[in-house]
Amino acid sequence: MHDPGEVKITIGPQHPALKEPESFLLSLHGEKITASSVRLGYNHRGIEKACEDRTYVQDLYLVERVCGICSHSHSTCFVQAVEEIAGIEIPARASYLRTLISELERIHSHLLWLGVAGHEIGFDTLLMYTWRDREAVMDVLAAITGNRVNYGMNTIGGVRRDITPQHKEMVLKAIDILEERTKYYIELGLGESTLLKRLSGVGKLTNEDVVRLGAVGPTARASGWGRDVRKDDPYAAYAHLDFKVITNDQCDVYGRTLVRLGELMEAYSMVRQILQKMPDGPIAVKAPRKIPAGEAVSRYEAPRGEDFHYVRSNGTDKPDRVKVRAPTLANVQAVSKMLEGGYLADMSIVVAAIDPCFSCTDRLISVCDEDTQKKNTVSWESIRLKGIDWYKNQGIDFTYLNKKLARKF
Amino acid sequence: MRKPGKIAGQLIQSIFKKPATLNYPAERSGMPEGFRGKLKFNPEKCIGCKMCMRDCPTGAIEIVKVGEKKFEAKIDLGKCIYCGQCVDSCMKEALGITSEFELAKLNPDDLKITFNAENTSDSQK
Ligand code: SF4
Ligand code: SF4
Repeated sequence: MHDPGEVKITIGPQHPALKEPESFLLSLHGEKITASSVRLGYNHRGIEKACEDRTYVQDLYLVERVCGICSHSHSTCFVQAVEEIAGIEIPARASYLRTLISELERIHSHLLWLGVAGHEIGFDTLLMYTWRDREAVMDVLAAITGNRVNYGMNTIGGVRRDITPQHKEMVLKAIDILEERTKYYIELGLGESTLLKRLSGVGKLTNEDVVRLGAVGPTARASGWGRDVRKDDPYAAYAHLDFKVITNDQCDVYGRTLVRLGELMEAYSMVRQILQKMPDGPIAVKAPRKIPAGEAVSRYEAPRGEDFHYVRSNGTDKPDRVKVRAPTLANVQAVSKMLEGGYLADMSIVVAAIDPCFSCTDRLISVCDEDTQKKNTVSWESIRLKGIDWYKNQGIDFTYLNKKLARKF
Repeated sequence: MRKPGKIAGQLIQSIFKKPATLNYPAERSGMPEGFRGKLKFNPEKCIGCKMCMRDCPTGAIEIVKVGEKKFEAKIDLGKCIYCGQCVDSCMKEALGITSEFELAKLNPDDLKITFNAENTSDSQK
């Protein structure tokens, strides 16, 4: 039945919540959202295809740029797959170093999120403080890896840089400061009534919906779904570390905040364990340029959830296929669900609560007809024919050449 | 106890602290040792094997032969992503990395620099 009070609005693609392009079509009744759908595809960069044209070494840096915040996640996920195909066993020290950077990255990402969440609910004081504190971990990352983002730490067969005793000291000092600060934020989160009132009950996602929609990461864990690749399928040095998977049963944005704060505390303890347990030894083994034919899937718990890479090699120095599934793609269906039944004003914090990275997620553009709303998939063959036609219109005709080539092969 | 304005204590403390931000460019924090900034090139060590060119993800570096056993490195700072892979790939340690990062130019052509025997680190064409 058509609801006479229904209003449809589109939000986006000009940054509805975060500074990234995505669009939402919301059906409203008053200020309540009755239905919503998300549309991605505004920032397709063709990274997967570009990977096929570059060597494995070059791809490391390309894959790292899938995401600016979880750059180490993507590069580790990719390199793990390549190493599995090539049958390379990385030195123990290298796996500890990878884990160290990955936990430091989680710390910086979760602190960043806390600030963004504060900003979305009009609590800018929180944004200022968390981002000030986050500088401590950014400085450590810059000192160890040589850059604040895009660390360039991984190489096929290990890592590129070792840490010095000075770095160790620096890390421990930063962790001490951040631990203090995070304790304060937890106290704030539990005791500040504006935060509690603003966030609890917002963006509800039940445990069943998590399973049905395949949500991952802190979004899933805040609905009592304790899945974490670090625990379920340990990679790098996680099997040697002692940590808890933080979950919460609030099923709302408040729960997601508490999960992330809890994960920060776990990350500090993990960083300390890593520095203590890290064995001496080489940091990389020599890897061949050409990777033998094969395929591998690699999973990695990025700050936003499970990251997934698939690599297929064909025996050359370039991959045959690289597939990246960023955590946001797994969570985006859940966003639609979370928005439904909520208020329009909560939209930005609900979207921000999955810690989205829409640009990392875009893997395809579908062309949508404005009048009929029909979507088209374009086949490889039709792109080819279109290309030939386009050149013909420009006065360049390849028909003769094509025929000649066809005869030759 | 739950009450609003819990962060106020922090705010009052912060009034008496100096700002967390720097007054850039008047004040600078400097970059840590090992920061990956602009490259440097030592033409005496280069043997022209071009491994750096082969591994560079962006095609930013080009090694040109300018004479008998003499090589020049042309680097496009606009293309370079400062990953340092070329430095790792070079067996002869002819390439190195500096922590210089303030490389913006008004004219994109000024980003193309050439390192040769006469200038090994900082002159920009
Ligand atoms: S890899 Fe080193 S030695 Fe070889 S061409 Fe490049 S700079 Fe010269
Ligand atoms: S630093 Fe990276 S992008 Fe720049 S020239 Fe070297 S390999 Fe190429």
